[in-house]
Amino acid sequence: MSPRTVLRVVAFLVASSAIAAAVAGTADHSRFDVLKGPFATAEDVTKACSTCHTEAAGEVKKSIHWTWDGTNSFTGQRLGKPRIMNSFCGSPISNEPRCTSCHAGYGWTDLRKTPEENGATVDCLACHDGSGTYKKTATDAGHPLYSPRVIGGVTVEPPDLAKAAMSVGPSQRENCGACHFNGGGGDGVKHGDLDSSLTDPPRDLDVHMAADGANMACSTCHTFNAHIPSGSRYMTTAVDPHGLDLPHDDHNRATCESCHGTAPHAEAKINDHTDRVACQSCHISEFARGGVATKTLWDWSTAGRKDADGKPVYIKDEHGHLVYSAEKGDFAYGENVRPTYLWYNGEIEQTAVTDKLDDKIKDDILTLNRIGGSPTDGKSRIWPFKEMKGKQPYDPELNTLVVNHVFGKDDSAFWTNFDYPKAIAFGMNYAGLPWSGKIGFIETRMYWPITHMVAPKEKAVPCSDCHTRDPEGRLAGLGGFYMPGRDGSRLLDIVGYLALFGALFGVVVHGALRIILSRGHRS
Amino acid sequence: MSHKREVMIYTRYERFWHWSQAVLVFTLFFTGLAIHGTHDLVPFGLAVKIHTNAALLLIALWVFTTFWNFTTGQWRQYLFKKGVFRVIRFYAWGILFGEPHPYKKSLQRKQNALQSLAYMTFMTLIGPALWSTGIAYLLYNSWSHYAWSGTGIWAVALLHTAAAFAMGAFVVVHVYMTTTGKTPLHYVRTMVTGYDSIELTEVEEAYIEETKSTEMR
Ligand code: HEM
Repeated sequence: MSPRTVLRVVAFLVASSAIAAAVAGTADHSRFDVLKGPFATAEDVTKACSTCHTEAAGEVKKSIHWTWDGTNSFTGQRLGKPRIMNSFCGSPISNEPRCTSCHAGYGWTDLRKTPEENGATVDCLACHDGSGTYKKTATDAGHPLYSPRVIGGVTVEPPDLAKAAMSVGPSQRENCGACHFNGGGGDGVKHGDLDSSLTDPPRDLDVHMAADGANMACSTCHTFNAHIPSGSRYMTTAVDPHGLDLPHDDHNRATCESCHGTAPHAEAKINDHTDRVACQSCHISEFARGGVATKTLWDWSTAGRKDADGKPVYIKDEHGHLVYSAEKGDFAYGENVRPTYLWYNGEIEQTAVTDKLDDKIKDDILTLNRIGGSPTDGKSRIWPFKEMKGKQPYDPELNTLVVNHVFGKDDSAFWTNFDYPKAIAFGMNYAGLPWSGKIGFIETRMYWPITHMVAPKEKAVPCSDCHTRDPEGRLAGLGGFYMPGRDGSRLLDIVGYLALFGALFGVVVHGALRIILSRGHRS
Repeated sequence: MSHKREVMIYTRYERFWHWSQAVLVFTLFFTGLAIHGTHDLVPFGLAVKIHTNAALLLIALWVFTTFWNFTTGQWRQYLFKKGVFRVIRFYAWGILFGEPHPYKKSLQRKQNALQSLAYMTFMTLIGPALWSTGIAYLLYNSWSHYAWSGTGIWAVALLHTAAAFAMGAFVVVHVYMTTTGKTPLHYVRTMVTGYDSIELTEVEEAYIEETKSTEMR
């Protein structure tokens, strides 16, 4: 066996042992009396879990799933939802019970304080429910329903907490997906490479998670160590020189190299690319491939339109996608989208609510997260991104973004009152931030690294998609380095073709003269 | 008295070398232009694969042939000869008016002065320019960590491309020149069969007959 085959086998064993561990266990949770309920609240379930898993909640409270707080070790920037702006809903501040529905806890009702200061408790079921019935409702700061409620005209029943408690096990794709597939407020909205199609994906869509592929769970790669997840969009491992992670190694398998090594191809020339091109760039030719559209544009500046009867306007396109909403403005969607490619060294500079925008605006466009990297820094690779276009409210005088209070049963929330000055005044006041009272709209861009939806190798991007002179080539816009097939010297080409065709022309003329003149001789 | 005799002037190895070199150079030029982006008759990935393998074969062939040239003493054929200008004048002018070739092929002198000069250029300039930059290009990843590698790959690729154009122009003229024999296909036939009719002195004739130093018919 060649060393490569050995590595493959080892990687396979690691992956399959992780999967095996996910299905087999020595404890049947349905037989524990403490889990049989009945439970009045979901917090009671957590208490029951903690009778055996005494340290688990404490571990969770150290993870970003709980704190929504982290410091970027590359840039020193303090990150986390309460501080960082995005081009979707802007900021969760003042919109808590809606936005904290995806917090790994119950009762974080005020983002100005930590979850502990809010008296929140850890939610075990969100990640460990195995019954598929547990669901955090969208507007209750992380709680599920406890009694039937009419939502969007339909009566929704509360989940059976005892059933959920007795079903617990390792996290399944659905568990992670409940929040991560729905970022930005709906299925597939935010990332483009994460949506509900990954719950049970066909092999073409995701070779790792497909049942007839490797059938992996999210946590097979995003290994958890004491409830701390690995893999981060805030601090991406853009190049992983560490390569293969064997059992008991660094417990971080969130890079392709962790299982595939740094030279996974049979062909040397293809391996020669791995130092400059991220695996994802060739192996995820398009995102949003599972039949779920992702949002590619969100223009807040048009929000608030009402019809003649004073009713808010909502318009759907032929696919049933909302393309205009009085609450949110204009939308555009994409399916099977070709990514945008950028040099990326893992550093992303995010925009905080408090940041001055001056140096982040170029050509009247604000880049919300500046992607670090260059062809020459020796740390970057070409990565695929989803480019999200936006137009967002900001303070043109203080040159900062603003907190838009969208959700709530009060007289200021934008989604019920459609009044920007009121909503923003409320949001900025709530956040305790200075605001000039002026509102402008600025065009924004945001870049989301694409790393999921890895296709089978037969579906990898062909060489000629990048190595081409075609202005539509995938890397046509990425300058600063020589790439065969795309680059060259115009002057050299002109001289070269002149020499070539000059020679051809010369011999043709010479040959013709020979023929003509030799006839003259004979006659 | 001298006789015209059909003598084997290109040995089997020489012919093998010539035609395989021709096929490889044609393949390399064609796939090279695909890599360069001139045409997309072969997809890029396949072009690189063919180009790399053909290049390795060509390098191997050149190594063998250099060895052959030195062990057989044939390298002397390529040495500079006097009378280049007469030959140039002949091809530019005389040939059009039926003048005789100023050069006589002999056993010891298979090439005229212009040929020697052209093949020498091929072997010492165009060839080395191609294989040296080609190998550097191929091994890019072993020097890509140097700070100058960005400019380096650009320079290597441009030199390689320039040499390839020179090779292309050379081949065009070379192929045309093969039509200037007694009949347009005479030289080609010679390179295929190995035999050409050469004027031999009686001594030469007797020597070849006696020693069988080469085939004669
Ligand atoms: C003799 C040994 C040779 C070697 C080792 C060699 C190697 C290479 C390599 C490695 C490349 C770059 C392919 C890539 O992108 O990976 C290349 C490109 C190319 N080769 Fe060669 N080659 C050789 C001979 C030739 C010959 C004989 C010709 C033409 C007659 C030729 C014409 C070209 C051209 C036009 C390119 C494209 C250059 C560009 O646009 O960057 N090569 N060669």
